[in-house]
Amino acid sequence: MRYPHRHLLAIEGLHPHEIGHLLDLAESYVLLNRQGKTQRDLLRGRTLINLFFEDSTRTRTSFEIAGKRLGADVINMSVSTSSVNKGETLLDTAWTLNAMNTDLLVVRHAESGAPSLLAQKVDAAVINAGDGTHEHPTQALLDALTIRRRKGRLEGLTVAICGDIAHSRVARSNIHLLTTLGSTVRVVGPPTLIPADAGRLGVEVHHDMAKGLAGADVVMMLRLQKERMAKGLVPSPREFFRFYGLDREKLAHAKPDAMVMHPGPMNRGVEIDSAVADDPSRSVIAEQVEMGVAVRMAVLDTLNRNWLRNDL
Amino acid sequence: MTSDLLITNVRLLDPAGGLDATGALLVREGRIADLGASLGKPDGTAILDGGGAVLCPGLVDMRASLGEPGAEYRETIATAAEAAAAGGITTVAALPDNQPATDDPALVRLLRARGEETQSLGIVPYGAVTRGCKGEELAELGLLREAGAVAFTDGARAIGSARTMRLALSYARGFGAMIVQHPEEPSLAQGGAATEGELATRLGLPGIPAAAEAMIIARDIRLAALTGGHVHFAHVSTEEALDLIRAAKQAGVQVTCDTAPPYFDLNETAIGDFRSYAKLSPPLRTETDRRAVAAALADGTIDAVASDHQPRDPDDKRLPFAQAAAGGAGLATLLGVTLAQVHNGTITLARAVELLTAAPARLLGLEVGRLARGAPADLCLFHPERAWKVEAGELPGKAQNTPFDGRALEGRVLGTWKAGRRVFG
Repeated sequence: MRYPHRHLLAIEGLHPHEIGHLLDLAESYVLLNRQGKTQRDLLRGRTLINLFFEDSTRTRTSFEIAGKRLGADVINMSVSTSSVNKGETLLDTAWTLNAMNTDLLVVRHAESGAPSLLAQKVDAAVINAGDGTHEHPTQALLDALTIRRRKGRLEGLTVAICGDIAHSRVARSNIHLLTTLGSTVRVVGPPTLIPADAGRLGVEVHHDMAKGLAGADVVMMLRLQKERMAKGLVPSPREFFRFYGLDREKLAHAKPDAMVMHPGPMNRGVEIDSAVADDPSRSVIAEQVEMGVAVRMAVLDTLNRNWLRNDL
Repeated sequence: MTSDLLITNVRLLDPAGGLDATGALLVREGRIADLGASLGKPDGTAILDGGGAVLCPGLVDMRASLGEPGAEYRETIATAAEAAAAGGITTVAALPDNQPATDDPALVRLLRARGEETQSLGIVPYGAVTRGCKGEELAELGLLREAGAVAFTDGARAIGSARTMRLALSYARGFGAMIVQHPEEPSLAQGGAATEGELATRLGLPGIPAAAEAMIIARDIRLAALTGGHVHFAHVSTEEALDLIRAAKQAGVQVTCDTAPPYFDLNETAIGDFRSYAKLSPPLRTETDRRAVAAALADGTIDAVASDHQPRDPDDKRLPFAQAAAGGAGLATLLGVTLAQVHNGTITLARAVELLTAAPARLLGLEVGRLARGAPADLCLFHPERAWKVEAGELPGKAQNTPFDGRALEGRVLGTWKAGRRVFG
């Protein structure tokens, strides 16, 4: 079996052929989606629950569409993070979901490790849709698919991931995936937003956008949350934009055909200039969203097949 | 009433008196009546053949939380006493950061009395350094001392203000009492869940830099030198901090320290895959630091080994890692995990027993922790090679939150006596 796992909790630890399998399958779903064909028998009778402890319209909707296109019964559960005890809610929810015979569970949580804790307690296949500052595996898969379709490969490419690396699960999943598949990965940001020992993750660390972007094939921007400013990690949005915001001038350091990515939602004028974000010759942000649905269909399909084989 | 007891055929090991010899020990009226190579058997005395096992003083655990008062769902004095007896511990220094905190003389007397009620575990309470262990106003150190507080600490809370620490060291000096610090710079540790570095970065966990420990230790060494007070650092866990303490001792500053078994037996990889049972305070460190802690047991930089028992309920631990409570149960595994450092050749058996008996007793000014005629018959009989496996859920006592789940150990307690009364085995 090419992706022999019961859950998808993290990219770290996956083998190149396992990632390749998911990307290849997603590629086939891109074509089907564009042809308007659906595969509603694949997940017929299966229950998919989108369990979101954090707000996320984009990721939740993407999983919802993916599940529905494969014929699953999709239920969205948003759990308030203002509950008195978030942890109790998490495990209480796990018992509830077990009692309802959930087949596929998509989890978004503000705490690192919450999906793996749930995976120990539920019978369903668990998909991590973003946990704290740990991982966001389907985002990395959709980013990789977007790059592969544009550039024809991942191996040998130079990818610069820019901005708030320290608090980014998107950055971690992308670092693991891209280094596993042979890309050269650079992380670029102010030292206060680069996590400790980042170099040990197999990436180059840069604090200067000109150097970090020099010769890059892909520039991946990350969202900078306002609370980082409140905690003093960055003095102000305008200062951040001056040194780390992606505008045409900084982008000029990358290769002439470098593509610009952003996981969304964007803070225009903070980490990215609208002139770059909306430039159809450079920005692939809309395409990332399209790839998101295909990747999530591939993941749901694969985990369901593994479950049907009943050998995990 | 306890009848007289003669324990024969044992290896008598008493680091306080420099004794390590085969022999026998006679218990009479709760005290050690005699010990030596061969003792006569007085009439009416029961005999126990020790089978060649080690007989040493009952262990003195200089750092443990007992759950009472205020967290009885985690542990009670009765269940802690059960775990302690199984671990060969006969005296425990109880941390003051309970609800309410031990900041009133009446609470010191209560805890001592509650220990006596167990008839198996002597409780010597720490007094709070500050009221409510909040780090603000000094508690009534003199009155607490008079009531029987053996030393002062704010428990798992660092005394963050340099001024408060200076006052505490200075004032406690007048009563000859030491201040025990949880060495962690609070503003750097706030919100942290693991040691900052590659592993925390990979797991996406908020980190606490190892330097947070060394910074407070460097500061408090200077304050001890300034005031002439005695500072004791609890659960020291990093190489840098140990280097500072080693140098300060050589310079003649009144500084001592202890560590706990997790810091010389485990490293940070124990938290891999978000194992909240290995979430401790301070957090587990790198392998380099673990080795430095083990080396400091041997070279004398570390004065004592304490269990750092922090009972937690499953609901405190079955949470996303950063939300889970820090702390591990440690009473039942204190001896076994320490003996692993004997079996791997880092320290001698006599040194291990010293770290667990005579050394903490000396730091706390207690008459226990030695095998001597007239001393209380607090005894631990153990077989240094007998193997067992730590299993969470099967440990004595209530708290099952061991970071050593699944660890195979060599060294098992066969019997424990408190004031001549057999309380385990």
